[in-house]
Amino acid sequence: MSAVVTDHEHDHEHHDHKPSGIKRWFYTTNHKDIGTMYLVFALIMFFIGGTMAMVIRAELFQPGMQFVEPNFFNQMTTVHGLIMVFGAVMPAFTGLANWMIPMMIGAPDMALPRMNNWSFWILPFAFLILLISLFLPGGGPNFGWTFYAPLSTKYSGDSTALFVFSVHIMGISSIMGAINVIVTIFNLRAPGMTWMKMPLFVWTWLITAFLLIMVMPVLAGAVTMVLTDKYFGTSFFDAAGGGDPVLFQHIFWFFGHPEVYIMILPAFGIVSSIVPTFARKPLFGYASMVYATSSIALLSFLVWAHHMFTTGMPVFAELFFMYCTMLIAVPTGVKVFNWVATMWRGAMTFEVPMMFALAFIVLFTIGGFSGLMLAITPADFQYHDTYFVVAHFHYVLVTGAVFSIIAAAYYWLPKWTGHMYDEKLGQWHFWCSLISVNLLFFPMHFVGLAGMPRRIPDYALQFADFNAFISIGGFLFGASQLIFVWVLVKCARGGEKATAQVWEGAEGLEWEVPSPAPYHTFETPPVIK
Amino acid sequence: MAFKHKPLTTKLVFIALAMFGFGFALVPLYDVFCDLTGLNGKTASTAASADAAIVDTSREVVIEFIARPNKQMPWVFEPEVTRMTVHPGEIHITNYLAQNPTSRLIVGQAVPSVSPGQAALYFHKIECFCFTQQRLAGGKDMLMPLQFYVDPALPRQFSTITLSYTLYDVTSASTDLTATSSQLGE
Repeated sequence: MSAVVTDHEHDHEHHDHKPSGIKRWFYTTNHKDIGTMYLVFALIMFFIGGTMAMVIRAELFQPGMQFVEPNFFNQMTTVHGLIMVFGAVMPAFTGLANWMIPMMIGAPDMALPRMNNWSFWILPFAFLILLISLFLPGGGPNFGWTFYAPLSTKYSGDSTALFVFSVHIMGISSIMGAINVIVTIFNLRAPGMTWMKMPLFVWTWLITAFLLIMVMPVLAGAVTMVLTDKYFGTSFFDAAGGGDPVLFQHIFWFFGHPEVYIMILPAFGIVSSIVPTFARKPLFGYASMVYATSSIALLSFLVWAHHMFTTGMPVFAELFFMYCTMLIAVPTGVKVFNWVATMWRGAMTFEVPMMFALAFIVLFTIGGFSGLMLAITPADFQYHDTYFVVAHFHYVLVTGAVFSIIAAAYYWLPKWTGHMYDEKLGQWHFWCSLISVNLLFFPMHFVGLAGMPRRIPDYALQFADFNAFISIGGFLFGASQLIFVWVLVKCARGGEKATAQVWEGAEGLEWEVPSPAPYHTFETPPVIK
Repeated sequence: MAFKHKPLTTKLVFIALAMFGFGFALVPLYDVFCDLTGLNGKTASTAASADAAIVDTSREVVIEFIARPNKQMPWVFEPEVTRMTVHPGEIHITNYLAQNPTSRLIVGQAVPSVSPGQAALYFHKIECFCFTQQRLAGGKDMLMPLQFYVDPALPRQFSTITLSYTLYDVTSASTDLTATSSQLGE
């Protein structure tokens, strides 16, 4: 045995040689390098998309037109949405998957490392194309991130082709990433790592990856139809040629609803890893968590038309989609219950990852609750296309998905860098974010219920005070994220040495390798007890 | 190593490709679904047979006619009568007036929609100008006929049916057609 180990370590040193400088990053097939690139890319995109949000909030600070033209305002809402969904949240989750899944299941790397390199390196080009379109004559896409026909077919600018190609590239990247995750989890689990022993982050990502390969191609189909309708004379969505614009909404939301679960299931996995660590108790109801995640994924294919209650569907269809949507609250409730039960009588401590995870549980539940309100068909006619919807999906995406990503970054940062982050600065980041994010999004519920429409650069005078509060919250939330960058840079440069286990209550294979995790881990599969 | 992953990777790529196809399959599926259920107020795009069933004189149904040129369509487009009271089963003819105020030939396509949508299955058109594209030279006008009957099987809860036409300018999409017709001196 010892002979084998020595051999292996010899081998290990040999492997550690990598091209230096920029070439290392272009040519790398190492899951840790690629994970890091995904995460850094997501952070940059988060700030670019965030800057657009600042433009939106600056314009809405007062009624009337202040800084930008309505057409540019529409481009900002559109590209902000696209960048945050496809450029920030999804790549951040893929980055975490790349870093953590092989280490969590005891695999030496991702199953398809060369494809892994490709799926990352086409992403910057996709977003370069999208961002360049903003500077072309006529401007970038201005039809909302949902690109409803005929806005995107009849009334869109010349840059629509660039938008379509960039979405195609993003889709191909996501599909390749998802295939890689599935093959890794199916084929490379360490001996003894049975399905029901996998960490929940791995489980939720496996289900997410299946959702990705099921729906990203449908999105690719939808943008292709928009492209041919606009440039090649087809009439998929053009009533004059026998098509139907409502069909677009069906196809888009058939992709769009599973997509929102793609952006939240990995978050469930992250919170299910963090809460047991800081409560120093095993996760309550592991099996029910797995089943709840699977049922949420299955139900996500049966609820798409709840985005379309006002299109004039028959009552039967409205009832069907209303009840199916409400049914999703049941498995989600199981999850929230399990997290709370995990903390029950635990020896809890409140480091930054735990704080963000706790905020996630509370604030995501608020977002889920407003989602239930939106699911009620008769009520939705009032809420539809108002700021209430904006409040709802920002609670689930910012205080849900983004908070979980930040929590994950704090949780695994010592494992990635080998240093502890600055706890005091991290707490500052948390409290500033928590207060400002609620100042930013909570009043949106009220202006929405009072009838303020989405995606309009001006508004009626009675909304002025609330919008001023919202904008101040927005600027503060944006500024708070600079603290995060400071923490990240400081932690990457140095700090207190982290132990292998890092957190007292942490359990799992990733905590058995030293910190920082060596370039190659688990070249010989570990033994699972 | 790569050899070991090939079968699963192939299957997953196949699923992704199949789902891309499924996205396009949704287009005909949607049409079939709407045809079968009459959802969306879509009426049949081909002629119904003229041998109408027995006329149901026990009740009357009000038919309302709405016509509207699309924003980009310069034609004047109006129904001759806006309201008609009919017995289910009776065959009726009404006309729509189209006038082209411009100086160039324009090809139009009318797209019908019936409201309430569930009544669409019971509104039968024997002859309709909406079945084909309509050509009208500049400065000309014409009457376009619609021959229809209401199915006696129409559920009793429907006492009014609104038939709405939107007229689209499809000249650019049918350039070949206009070229041929102008050569014919039409």
